[in-house]
Amino acid sequence: MTAAVKIRLQDAEKRYASQQGEDVVALAPVNLEIKSGEFVCLVGPSGCGKTTLINLMAGFEKASAGTVTIDGRPVTGTDPDHIMIFQEYGLYPWRSVLGNVLFALEAKGLKGKEARAKAAEYVELVGLTKFIDSFPHQLSGGMRQRVAIARALAVEPSVLFLDEPFGALDAFTRMYLQDELLRLWQEKRPTVVFVTHDLDEAVYLGGRVVLMAPGPGRVQRVIDIPLPWPRERIGGSLGRYRRELFEEFHLVHQQASSESGGYDI
Amino acid sequence: MTLRLSHKLLPLLSLLAFVAVWQIAAGFWTPELFPSPMVVARALGELAATGVLWTNIAVSLARFAAAYLGAIAVAVPLGLFLGRNPHCRQAIDPLVQLLRPISPIAWFPLAVLWFGIGNAPAIFIIFLAAFYPVLLSTVSAVVGIPAVYLKVAANFGAKPGAVFLRVIIPAAFPGIMVGLHIAVGTAWIHLVAGEMLGAQSGLGFMIVDARNFLRTDWIMAGMLVVGFLGLAINLAMRKAESWLGRRWGGMA
Repeated sequence: MTAAVKIRLQDAEKRYASQQGEDVVALAPVNLEIKSGEFVCLVGPSGCGKTTLINLMAGFEKASAGTVTIDGRPVTGTDPDHIMIFQEYGLYPWRSVLGNVLFALEAKGLKGKEARAKAAEYVELVGLTKFIDSFPHQLSGGMRQRVAIARALAVEPSVLFLDEPFGALDAFTRMYLQDELLRLWQEKRPTVVFVTHDLDEAVYLGGRVVLMAPGPGRVQRVIDIPLPWPRERIGGSLGRYRRELFEEFHLVHQQASSESGGYDI
Repeated sequence: MTLRLSHKLLPLLSLLAFVAVWQIAAGFWTPELFPSPMVVARALGELAATGVLWTNIAVSLARFAAAYLGAIAVAVPLGLFLGRNPHCRQAIDPLVQLLRPISPIAWFPLAVLWFGIGNAPAIFIIFLAAFYPVLLSTVSAVVGIPAVYLKVAANFGAKPGAVFLRVIIPAAFPGIMVGLHIAVGTAWIHLVAGEMLGAQSGLGFMIVDARNFLRTDWIMAGMLVVGFLGLAINLAMRKAESWLGRRWGGMA
């Protein structure tokens, strides 16, 4: 695997002034390289800066210091080639399933029949052709997130950012969508950065897992998981990596609780 | 079945009770002071037959429509603009908060001085009555647009014009509709007040004019017509709302 570096963070950090005027570190300097076509999971408890980190890469926030580059170019803002998928779906309730996917294509400048055909193609890709004229409020949470995924993929982005995309879904829907996402990733091969607070989800999906820790938000450890997909959820060789991650996570916990005097968390 | 029957029957019963109480109460006074339902019904027929009623209804509805649509035409764009510009909003908010508690009726002396007697003062007062609810609900609808809608639009590279037309306006629409509904009620209430004070025609004038001739039956007939028309406008508004709501994907 000698794929080119897609996303590079060099000492990228995020600070902000709190309301009391204190300097707060949301994310301590991060150095990370993500290769083209890689599936990377950012995992950690709340306050670890994982959402800040993905927002820096996706261009929703600017780094206070250091650099973030994608394809060698500094990230200065959002980019239609780097699409973010949100936990709350971000579908437009006044547009049908097809209309929501069309929105993305129209923003790209596609029009008329061509746009409709392409939108329909991506609705089919996520298995929602039967619901193409339905409105978001008529769909389940899992189906809504599939629409959001179809909308994102329709513009053929080279990077897909997902910020706890399955966090609001029940366990069964979540497992189903994890497999769907892997299938789509293997078919389209975008670079995927996936934020989650679920260690199992991170281990199951990621080719690499970036474990993050709070106080201040930072990267604790990066674990390679060189196993092919699809992976077995129970047992199998995934167990080793799972244990490794859990042990590291407990270490983070112990540090956090000893620093805060033994309680908290 | 019984439920649906009572659904239709109960309002009818309360209306009948109202008419009955009115009838009994009217028995204690002379018809000149407190006319009975029958007398008022006859007066209504009289007003309708001479055509006075229809002319005044037409005048009132035209004024109402002009003022209400005018208020929407100013308040909605202004509200959209203020909703998108926090600095302008902060600057203008104290002024709105200061002017809003002033009843549109209090503007009447100025309105007559500025515009004279006729259509203009009444239209001005109805305009004011409709303006604030529409403005405030439009501003809060725009401010309340979920950030993720705008993030998604920005992410896909939608141009500012497209974001405005395809995201901000439709996202704010249900909230604006609420303001339009409130405004239709307050505007109608102020229509009669405006016409009582500064007009020579319309339903409000008809009521005042009847008082000058001590025709209490015409006064009550006028009041009933105002009530029924207000009800009809409200029902039409609700119909329009539910129709639009369905087109909006069940959001409104």
